[in-house]
Formats: sequence, structure tokens, C-alpha cells
Amino acid sequence: MLKRSNFLTINKFLAIILLVMPGLVWAGGGSGKDGEDEQFDPSELINHHISDSHVWEITHGIVVHLPVIVYSEEKGLDIFSSANFFGEHEEVKPYNGYVMDHDHITLESGGHVFDISITKNVLFLFIDALILILVFSAVARGYKKNAGKAPKGIQSFFEPIIVFVRDDIARDNIGHKYERFMPFLLTVFFFIWFGNLLGLLPGAANMTGNISVTLTLAVITLIITLFSGRKTYWLHIVDPLGKSMPWAGKLLLYIILWPVEIIGIFTKPFSLMIRLFANITAGHILILSIISLAFIFESLTIGVVGALFATVMNMLELFVAVLQAYVFTLLSALYFGQAVQEHH
Amino acid sequence: MALVTPDIGLIIWQLIVFLIVLFILRAFVWRPILSALKTREFQIEDSLRAAEHAQEEMKQIKADNEYLLQEARIERDAILKEARDEASHIIERAKAETSDITSKMIQDAREAIEVEKKAALSEVKALVASLSLEIAEKVLREKLSDDKSQKALVEKFIKDVKVN
Repeated sequence: MLKRSNFLTINKFLAIILLVMPGLVWAGGGSGKDGEDEQFDPSELINHHISDSHVWEITHGIVVHLPVIVYSEEKGLDIFSSANFFGEHEEVKPYNGYVMDHDHITLESGGHVFDISITKNVLFLFIDALILILVFSAVARGYKKNAGKAPKGIQSFFEPIIVFVRDDIARDNIGHKYERFMPFLLTVFFFIWFGNLLGLLPGAANMTGNISVTLTLAVITLIITLFSGRKTYWLHIVDPLGKSMPWAGKLLLYIILWPVEIIGIFTKPFSLMIRLFANITAGHILILSIISLAFIFESLTIGVVGALFATVMNMLELFVAVLQAYVFTLLSALYFGQAVQEHH
Repeated sequence: MALVTPDIGLIIWQLIVFLIVLFILRAFVWRPILSALKTREFQIEDSLRAAEHAQEEMKQIKADNEYLLQEARIERDAILKEARDEASHIIERAKAETSDITSKMIQDAREAIEVEKKAALSEVKALVASLSLEIAEKVLREKLSDDKSQKALVEKFIKDVKVN
């Protein structure tokens, strides 16, 4: 259980990290520039940051080699460190019949491998999950300890948010059957929010801005929607016009309407997937682009202005982090609401 | 585009991690938190309702008291009025009785006086008659020599009678 004073200290600590983050990135990029006298390529830097990787480069020179887990029909299951792909001078080399090209592992023979490695994003997935469980078990302990009393400490910080998700997201959009969707909505809200915040930390992975992560979340929303779909929901898809015209006339229209309705089932989660992915990735690209300006122009002035501007952008990203979590949760609740609505 | 190509490995991990987190949080966090929130909200609502009820009751009691007081006041006034009426009635009656008695007494007195007067008068009449007889007897007895002395004697007797 975190005490209030500790909690404030953590807040301060986070604020300091977020404030100095652009500076850290700048310093990291700068040293890279001095060390290797290469042409600075911002698009490579940005792509490298926002895509998944088998190594976790915390900052320049501090690299954590993550485990590789691959399966192929030829070689079976193999688990080894990704450090094996790197030679003494950081050059990429083949290992044990596997080759890695831009973090994509294939067999030397050209065969396909099934890659379920602990990549940077998977690692941050674990961190996100761990933080969620630690934070909210502390919150839950607060409810056990202060049962029937006013909330205290970390509990009082999260209670209004939980109540907001319950009242303004779930109950407003789903109706009286909202309770069974609460665990998913709360989990997805805090998972995305914490993931977004983690992504803003220096050296962190762009986890919630990864299409695979958002795809999975959107698919879970879709599956829950379909499984909780009531008669009204399916009737609305199969017979959207209802009793407004005779069946012969409807049949003609339904040749067009059915495909539209069926596509509509999938466009909703698709928009969820794209929205979260695009918003978070765009934020990362934006901040990195602003910082890259300093190295493109090789100017201290632009560096300082860019760092200040990137700080402002970071503040905006803090807001976007919670906004996107809210939007994803809200729209999921909206779809659940459509699925469980009664005929009226 | 590598950026928008879903990676099957990451999808599998995300699915596993998210579902584990979902089930752990659902069992050990969300359920107790939501039920605790609900219980507390019910408690607050109950207390508020109880407070409101108590206030209502208080108001009712106050109104009852007021009513009782009013009732008592009315009763007191009624009793007082009755007592006053009774008192005035008694006085009235007493007055009437007294006047009756006095008038009767006066009447009686008057009657008694009348009787006494009549008795006295008859007595006087009898006395006058006897006196007249006495005078006549005296006059006759003395054998009056002259008229003059007779007259003086008569006058003298009459004077005596007047005095009586």
C-alpha cells in the first residue's frame, strides 16, 4: 500500500522524467552522431523507435538482448538470446541457421519461422501487466482495509476513475446490463492508459502504438460484442428495414444491405484498431521528428527550441494517452450497448 | 509496410498477457472493488434516506406537539370560559336569590309593621274611648259649677289626650 507522500513523490519523479525525456533523447542521438560519422537519417531513427525489436536499446550503448523463441518445421522449437545475432562490432550475423534482417528472423535456407520471441513490445506488455496488477491489487487492498469508510491514498486516486468508467462509460452506453462488461472495460481502459504512459518514457517501446496489440484488443471487443449479441442486434443486421416494407421489396434492397451490414460488424473494431495505433504512433513520430530537426540542421538553437516544443508535445501526449484509452473504452461500451439492447 | 503488418508472435503474447491480466484483475480486483463501491453507495444512500426519514419524523413530532399544545390551549380556554360562566352564573343566581329574600323580608317587615300599626291604632282607639269615658266621668263627678271651669277642664283633658 502506497502512502500519500510516497505517491506524490512518484508523481514528481514521473513528472521530472517526462520533462527531461526530450533532452535524454537528444543527448542519446547526439552522442550517436559524434561517435559514428554517418549521415543522420531521421526516418530510420523514427522507424527504429516505433517498430518492434529483438533488442531493447534503453539509450545509445545500453542494450538489453531479449530472448528469441522461434519454431520452424525444419528445426523445431529454439530458444536463445538475440545477442547471438550480433558480432563483436555490433554487426548483424547469422546464428545457428537463422538470419535476422531488420528484426525479422528467417531460416538461412529461406524457410519460414514462427517467431514468438520476447520482443521489446512483449517485454513492455509484461511490464504493463505487472504495473496493472501491482497498482490495482494495492487499490483493492485499500477497499478491504477501509471497508465502509472513505477511500485513502492510491485508492482515492483511482476510485473516481473507476467510478467514471462505470457511470459515464459503461452505464450510460450499455444500460442496466453494464455490470458483466465492467471487468473488460476497466482492464482495457487502464491497460491502454498505462501502456500509453509507458510508451512516453524514454527508451520505452511503442507498445500501444503497435498494430498487433491494438488488433488483439479490437478483436476481443468484437468477440465480446458478437457473443453478447441479443435478438435485436442480430435482427438489426439480418432485417434492418423491419416492417417498413413488404418482403419482396426488402429482398431486393437486402442484396445491397446485407453486405453493408456484415462489413459494418467488422469496420467498428477495425476503426478501434486503427484509431489507437495511429494516434499513439503519430505522437511518437511527431516528438521524434521535432527532436530530429536539431540533427538535420545541426543547430543548437533549433535543438533548444525543438526540445522545448517536444516537451510541450509530451504534455499533449500525456493527455492523448488518457484520451485514447477513454475513446477505446467508450466505443467498446457503445458496441456492447448495441449488442445487448432490447427491442424498443 | 512493416508498420501496419500484424505480427503473429506479438498477437499471441498480447492475447495471453491481456487475458491473464483480465482474469486476475476480474477475480481479485474489479469484483471486490465494484462490490465495495456498490455497498458503500447503498450505505450512503441508506444513511441519507434514514436521515431524511428522521427529519421527517422530527417534523411530524413537532407538528404533533404543536397540535397537542394547540389542543391543550383550546381546552384550557374552554375550561376557563366554562368556569367564568359558572362563576357569573352562580353570582347571578346568588344575586337573584338575595334580592328575592330581601324583598320577601321587606314584605314581611312591612306586613308586620302594618299589623303592629293596626294593633296600635286599635289600642289607641280603645284608650281614647276609655279616656273619654274617664273624662266624662270626672266631669260628671266634680259637678261642675260654672261653664267656665267646665270648659277649662275639658280643654285640659284634651291637651292631655293630644300629648298622648
